[in-house]
Amino acid sequence: MSKFGKKKKKASVGISTASLPDIVFMILFFFMVTTVMREVELKIELTNSDLPQATEIKKLEKKSLVSYIYVGKPRPNFQRMYGTEPRIQLNSQFADLSDIYEYILAERAQRDEAEVPFMTTSLKVHQETKMGIVTDIKQELRKASALKLNYSARKEN
Amino acid sequence: MAKREIGEINAGSMADIAFLLLIFFLVTTTMDVDTGIARQLPPIPEEKQETTEEIKERNIFAVLINAQDRLLVNGRPMEIDVLREKAIEFIKSDPNNVKLPEMEEMQIKGINKPVLVPVGIISLRNDRGTTYGRYIEVQNELVAAYNEIRDEAAFEYFGKRKYDDLNEEQQEAIRQIYPQRISEAEPKNIGGN
Repeated sequence: MSKFGKKKKKASVGISTASLPDIVFMILFFFMVTTVMREVELKIELTNSDLPQATEIKKLEKKSLVSYIYVGKPRPNFQRMYGTEPRIQLNSQFADLSDIYEYILAERAQRDEAEVPFMTTSLKVHQETKMGIVTDIKQELRKASALKLNYSARKEN
Repeated sequence: MAKREIGEINAGSMADIAFLLLIFFLVTTTMDVDTGIARQLPPIPEEKQETTEEIKERNIFAVLINAQDRLLVNGRPMEIDVLREKAIEFIKSDPNNVKLPEMEEMQIKGINKPVLVPVGIISLRNDRGTTYGRYIEVQNELVAAYNEIRDEAAFEYFGKRKYDDLNEEQQEAIRQIYPQRISEAEPKNIGGN
């Protein structure tokens, strides 16, 4: 019997896949918990890459206290009705400047009174929009005394 | 009667079902956090009050963006690349340079010696035809200038590299030395559309 003889071939042991469902379920629950379904359907053309870039950005905290205002060109299927000029979208509808005041009041009414001072308005504006409309929005926000503002921007690489 | 034996349910396809759900959530999930530049709007003044208080020219850093997205700083055209540098120079000021803002000696809580605090104000005005992208770019440069200066001050007074590393009181002290004074004038239609 030589010490360096051929080793006996071992039968390959199959790995038990019994715990696979558990692992998968674990990942599944993680994603179920962290997932946020997009609650508003955008009627304007605004993807993430349409937002301006910036380096000095801060994270938007407490998402429940944030109201969003979207500004951009209407999507092609709405262009016949609303034209191609940049429009304002609040919730899931097109809106006029004069609606912003009401919108802010409505948002405020939904929140607890103690939380109202921490409410922020996030402006999601297409980077090619002219400032005129943005300035008008800012003016409306001042009228509604919603002074905390966040210009949505993505991180510059 | 013979007892019917309960057959065991084959759980082998469980993994497949779980995978299916997993893939669904993977696709629909949006992990992106909302980020942006935080700003505070000035409240609307209660009455129409004319501010008679004149601000000296040396204390103002006037940035104008026209409808063609070009910059005019203190009456001179400027490229955006140098805006940050110039803004830093302005905000920090220098007691020996009469062209830069005046400085006041102030006692600040948390710092033992009196500090020279510059009183300069950045005034930003844009046209209605300025693009939003350019406006954010300029805002970003100005905020970056402030952040850089605050980081520097954090090192000078407290020996920390970053303003964000300071505790609440120290940050407050730095904020008092270099408050973010960016005033936005109501825009005029300077250059048409």
